[in-house]
Amino acid sequence: MDTPQVKKNTRKAKGAQVSLAYRLAVTSRTLAALFGGYLLAALTSVCLTQWLPMSRADAVVTGMLLSFLAYLGAVIWCFACRTAWRAWFGILLPAAILAAVFGLGRWLS
Amino acid sequence: MKDGFRQAMAWLHTWIGLIFGWLLFAIFLTGTMSYFKAEINRWTHPEIPVRSVPAAASIERAQAYLLQNAAGSSRWFISLPDDREPALGVMWQTPAQEGKRGNFTRKSLDPQTGEEIQARSSMGGEFFYRFHFQLQMPHPWGRWLATAAAMLMFIALITGIITHKKIFKEFFTFRPRKGQRSWLDGHNAIGVLALPFHLMITYSSLVIFMSMVMPASIVASYGNNVQAFYADIFPNTNGAKATGTPAPLTPLMPVLSAAQGQWPEGNIGRIVVNNPGDANATVAVFRSSADSVIHDTGLALMFNGVSGAMQSAPAPRSGPMLVSGAMYGLHLGEFAGPLMRWLYFIFGIAGTAMIGTGLVMWLAKRQLKHVKSGVLPLELRLVHVLNVAGMAGLMVAVAAFFWANRLLPLGMAERGDWEINLFFSVWGLTVLHALLRNGRQGWREQLALGAVLFAGLPVLDIVTGGKYLLASLQQGDWVLIGFDLTALVTGLFMAWGATKFRPVPPVLVARGDEQAAPKKSRQLGIDTTQLEGEVN
Repeated sequence: MDTPQVKKNTRKAKGAQVSLAYRLAVTSRTLAALFGGYLLAALTSVCLTQWLPMSRADAVVTGMLLSFLAYLGAVIWCFACRTAWRAWFGILLPAAILAAVFGLGRWLS
Repeated sequence: MKDGFRQAMAWLHTWIGLIFGWLLFAIFLTGTMSYFKAEINRWTHPEIPVRSVPAAASIERAQAYLLQNAAGSSRWFISLPDDREPALGVMWQTPAQEGKRGNFTRKSLDPQTGEEIQARSSMGGEFFYRFHFQLQMPHPWGRWLATAAAMLMFIALITGIITHKKIFKEFFTFRPRKGQRSWLDGHNAIGVLALPFHLMITYSSLVIFMSMVMPASIVASYGNNVQAFYADIFPNTNGAKATGTPAPLTPLMPVLSAAQGQWPEGNIGRIVVNNPGDANATVAVFRSSADSVIHDTGLALMFNGVSGAMQSAPAPRSGPMLVSGAMYGLHLGEFAGPLMRWLYFIFGIAGTAMIGTGLVMWLAKRQLKHVKSGVLPLELRLVHVLNVAGMAGLMVAVAAFFWANRLLPLGMAERGDWEINLFFSVWGLTVLHALLRNGRQGWREQLALGAVLFAGLPVLDIVTGGKYLLASLQQGDWVLIGFDLTALVTGLFMAWGATKFRPVPPVLVARGDEQAAPKKSRQLGIDTTQLEGEVN
C-alpha cells in the first residue's frame, strides 16, 4: 500500500497530506536502494570475478564494469515492488545467494 | 501492473532529477566546457605563443630545464606540445614523505627557447575540468560525490526511458509556445535525440572511477595487495623504488626516437621519468591521446633511465581492458578532431539542457496549484531559487571567471586562486539575488547579466588582449577568436532567454477580469497566458 504511485492518488484525494507511514516506507526503500543496492552490486562484481573464466585482472575489471548494471536493477526493484518490505527482501535474498556462491567458490578452490 | 511500474519509475525519475538536478547541471555544464579545455587554456593564457617545434628539440629543452630546476624529484612529467596545446608542459613531484603524496609543480615552457613562459597565473580550463569531477572538495570526497551523481544520472536516464512509453512516436511531437508542454516536449526530444551520448557519457564516468567506488572485487581477488592489481593492469607504469645510488639520467632524445620507431604512425604525448638521477630510473613514453579512442595509461613503452635501453613494450590488451579503455577514451573525447569535438560540445549542451528543462518543468507543474493564492510554499520557493542560481547563476559565475582572468592585475599574489574565489563569490551572490527577487525577475535579471557578461567578453578581450588576438589571427590560428565568438553566441542566447522572462505586459494586467491572476503569476515566475489548459 505504499507504492509511490499510490501516493499520487492519496495526494489528490486528501490534498498535500502525506502520512508518516508513507514517509517511513519511502525512506526504507531509499535506504534499501542506496545501501542494499550497493551491497548487491559489490557482491555481483565479486561473484563475476570469481566465476568468469578469465585472468584474474580481467575478471576483476569485468566484474567492476558490470556491477553498475546490478546497482541499477536493484534500485529499480526497490521502487517498483509493492511494499518496502519486499524491497528489502528482493535485495537481501539475492545478496545472500551471491554471498553463498562466493563462499562456495572459496571453499572449492 | 504495467502502468503501476511506469508510474513508479516516473516517480523515481522525478525525484532523483529534482534532488540531484542542480549538481548534475553544474557537472554537465563544466564537463561540456572541458571538451575545449585546451582552447580555454589558450584564451586564459594568451601569452603562450603558438609555435611548431619538432618534438625532439623540445624534449632536450625540457630535460635541461628539469635537470636545473627539479633535481631530487621523484617523478618528472613532460607533455610535448601539439596542435591544441602549444606549450611544452613540465611537471615534477617531490618525493613522498610519511606516506603523504609528494607535491606537484607545473610549468609551461616555450618549446623554442626552453624558457619558462611568463604567462598569467590562471587555472583556466583546468579549473572547469577539475570542478566537473572533484567539485572543489577535498580528495577524495568530490570524486565520490560526482560518481554518486553519475550513478543517479544513469538511473534517471533509464527510468526516463521507461517512463516514456511512446518514446519514438512522440519524438516528432514538438508543441512550441505551449508553456509546460513545450518544456516537456523539449526535454523528451533532447533526451531521445542525444540518448546514446547521454548513456555513454554517464556509464563511462562510472567506469573511470570504478576501482575507487566499487573495489570489492579487487579486494576479494587480491586481498590487501591492491598494488598487485594495478601492477597487473598497468604492467608498464609500475615505478620501481629509488635505490639512493645516484646515476646520471640518459639523454631523452634518443629514447624518444626509439619510441617513435615503435609507433611509426603515432605521436608521442607524454614522457614520465621515474626517479630521475637515480640508478633505478625508468622512462615511460606514452602515445598521444589524440591517436586512439582507447585511453589506456598501461600502453606505455618503458626504458631504462640510465642506459636508455628499451625494457618492455606493452603486451596486447585483453577484451575487458579494451572495453574499459574505450569507455574512458570516449568520455574524454581526446581522440576527436575539430568537427567531432564540436559535436561532443553540442551533445554536452544537450545533456545540460535536458537536466535544465527537467528542473524547470518540475516547478512549473507544481506552481500551477498556487496561481490563485499567489503564494509559493517554502519548498517550491527554494526550488525556484536553486533553479535560477543553479542555472542562470552558474552561467554568470562562469562569465565572471573569464572577466577576472582579464581584469585581475597580472602581478597579483595567488592570482589564479582569486579567479576561482571570484567564481564562487559571484555564484553565491546569485543565490542571494534569486532569494531577494521575485519569480520572473530573478530569471530575467540573471540571464540579462549573463548575456551582458558573455557578449562583452570579446570586447574585453580586444581591449585587454587585443595584441594576442591579432597575433594569433595573423598566424591563421582560430582558437582565440573562436572562444570570443562562442562567448558572443552564448551571450546572445542568454539575452534571448531573458526576453522570454519579460514582465507580463501591463495591458494584460489591466484587461483581465480576474485582474489579480496575471499579477500573482508574475510573482510566481510563470506566465498564465502560456499555461492555458496545459495542466498535466
